[in-house]
Amino acid sequence: MLEIKNLHAKVEDKDILKGINLNIKAGEVHAIMGPNGSGKSTLSSVIAGKEEYEVTDGEIVLDNEDLDDLAPEERAHKGIFMSFQYPIEIPGVTVTNFIKTAINETRKANGKEELPAKDMLKKIRETAELLEIDRKFLSRSLNEGFSGGEKKRNEIFQMAMLEPKLAILDETDSGLDIDALKIVANGVNKLKSDKNAVVIITHYQRLLDYIVPDFVHVLHDGKIVKSGGKELAHELEAKGYDWLK
Amino acid sequence: MELKEKLITSFLAFENSVSTDTETNVHDIRSKAFTHFEQNGFPTKKDEEWKYTSLKSILKHDYNVFPKAGTAIEFKDVKRYFLHEIESYKIVFIDGIYSSFLSDTTHEGYDICLLSAALKKPKYKMVIDHYFNTIASKKESITSLNTAFSKEGAYINIPKNTVVPKPIQIVYFSTGSEAQLMLQPRNLVIVGENSHVQIVERHQSLTNNVVLTNVVTEIFAGTRAIVDYYKIQNDQKTASLIDNTYVQQQRQSVASVNTFSFGGNLTRNNLEFYHEGEHITSNLNGITIIGDKQLVDNHTLVNHKYPNCESHELYKGIYADKSTGVFNGKVIVEQEAQKTNAFQQNNNILIDDGATINAKPQLEIFADDVKCSHGCTIGQLDEDALFYLRSRGIPKKEAEALLLYAFANDALQKIKIAELKTRITRLIAKKLGVDLGFDL
Repeated sequence: MLEIKNLHAKVEDKDILKGINLNIKAGEVHAIMGPNGSGKSTLSSVIAGKEEYEVTDGEIVLDNEDLDDLAPEERAHKGIFMSFQYPIEIPGVTVTNFIKTAINETRKANGKEELPAKDMLKKIRETAELLEIDRKFLSRSLNEGFSGGEKKRNEIFQMAMLEPKLAILDETDSGLDIDALKIVANGVNKLKSDKNAVVIITHYQRLLDYIVPDFVHVLHDGKIVKSGGKELAHELEAKGYDWLK
Repeated sequence: MELKEKLITSFLAFENSVSTDTETNVHDIRSKAFTHFEQNGFPTKKDEEWKYTSLKSILKHDYNVFPKAGTAIEFKDVKRYFLHEIESYKIVFIDGIYSSFLSDTTHEGYDICLLSAALKKPKYKMVIDHYFNTIASKKESITSLNTAFSKEGAYINIPKNTVVPKPIQIVYFSTGSEAQLMLQPRNLVIVGENSHVQIVERHQSLTNNVVLTNVVTEIFAGTRAIVDYYKIQNDQKTASLIDNTYVQQQRQSVASVNTFSFGGNLTRNNLEFYHEGEHITSNLNGITIIGDKQLVDNHTLVNHKYPNCESHELYKGIYADKSTGVFNGKVIVEQEAQKTNAFQQNNNILIDDGATINAKPQLEIFADDVKCSHGCTIGQLDEDALFYLRSRGIPKKEAEALLLYAFANDALQKIKIAELKTRITRLIAKKLGVDLGFDL
């Protein structure tokens, strides 16, 4: 589904990604771990198409299409979703209106009719239920005054609504208490299928107890220095990252 | 002939035409104001208060300064300029002349009618003598000019303990029957003790002919009165507006003026609040969204004279193309005005490199036990926020519009008339060039 080949990227003349290779197939869950500053968040931003990052070499291919020239919204229309570590507050635009706009813009870009209001509401209701989100929450302004946990849960809500092919969860576990973490993980697990893939970017193995990865990769200084199965996460938890440097 | 000369030579003829109101001292007021204008002329960029706003380009036209009656307008053709889903009183003028056909006035329980009538009829003499031109500036020559030619406009007098059950719309249309027209409407609003009124004012040109409006509004809020005043400034790009609004408040009153500036060529708002008692609240809100070579200048003054009063000022500006914004927010806290809370915020976004904002907060505080703050920001759209929206599939243009809308949102939330809020929201979406498929 997603192939990353020899990816190099920099921001403001600072090289951050220095040759990343990653192959993600439909139905898989990948975890990318690594210490601060290793390039984890940069990698997710580059995949999602953030314009401040310049790809200097290599490529990102989604279903045989090079993403290089595509704007962030075009990548989203093709099924890439990234949950943000620090979601932005949009006063005056409700969660419901925001997600409606996002879904209908995506449908429009893919040559589909807007989703009828009735179907939209039904889907919103079901997804909110799945993630144990209070209905009142949906008529609040997007992320405005949300707690850290609410913001993260709202990110997962959007993911569930948009049904991406590839979901990248960037530090989704930070700021979540254990109950919220379980709800989020449960939501992700229910949405997982053999047609989509999930990339979890995290510091800690905590979230991986609930969303079990098929592969774990360790990022250090802009490169993947080790890959393995889910047991690698436990090893990292026990030993730290130093032994890999 | 220069406009100043033309106005000076027109004054005598004007005085003759309104000679019926000699019963009031309005004649003296006009003459004094005329002399002041004659001596000072139009403000120029040499005046500190007009440093960033030049009237030169709008004064060069050969304006007709005496409106002629005659042009009729069908309601259906101008319906969209009114709030029409709710009941309202209407005071409507066409090319400066009162239109009884489009208006819906009343004298039952309160007066919602014409200033010309109030100036002429003896029964209003006491009110006129007590209020008329008592708070309008005697120093600003452009206000004096209006006073000199003051004759017609809205007259609203609400006695005490009265809640006016529906909003009052004051609308000035210009039809383009003159190639260049200058209008000088004069509004007088008196709200008695414990009374409550909502007013929406609009100046609307119906063609691309050149129009210059120099309007003066005096608002008196009695003890515990609540006055909500909304100004919709979304005129044609050939129309310019100089709005001079003066508000005087008695104790415990709450007066709010909300200004929405989206259209027009040049718009200057002189907005001044004067306190005459304790526990007064003054609210000043504004949203400006302009482009092309438009200019909007918000010049505000809040004069805190008594203790325990508060003022809240919030102005948001979005400037595209080669447009210019000016914000001058003066707050005076006099020595007696202890325990004053005065907050001022002015946030601006420049969308294009050619756009300019001149912002000047001006706090003069002579009391020592006060809470005063001001914040002024000038910036661009936040790239991270833009990326966030785009990463959810929202195209760049729509994402920018959403962020701009969010930026202006807190000033928008101050609108207390639901239909007006919806209308302004749609205007903003239209102004930002997007259809998001929902009412923002």
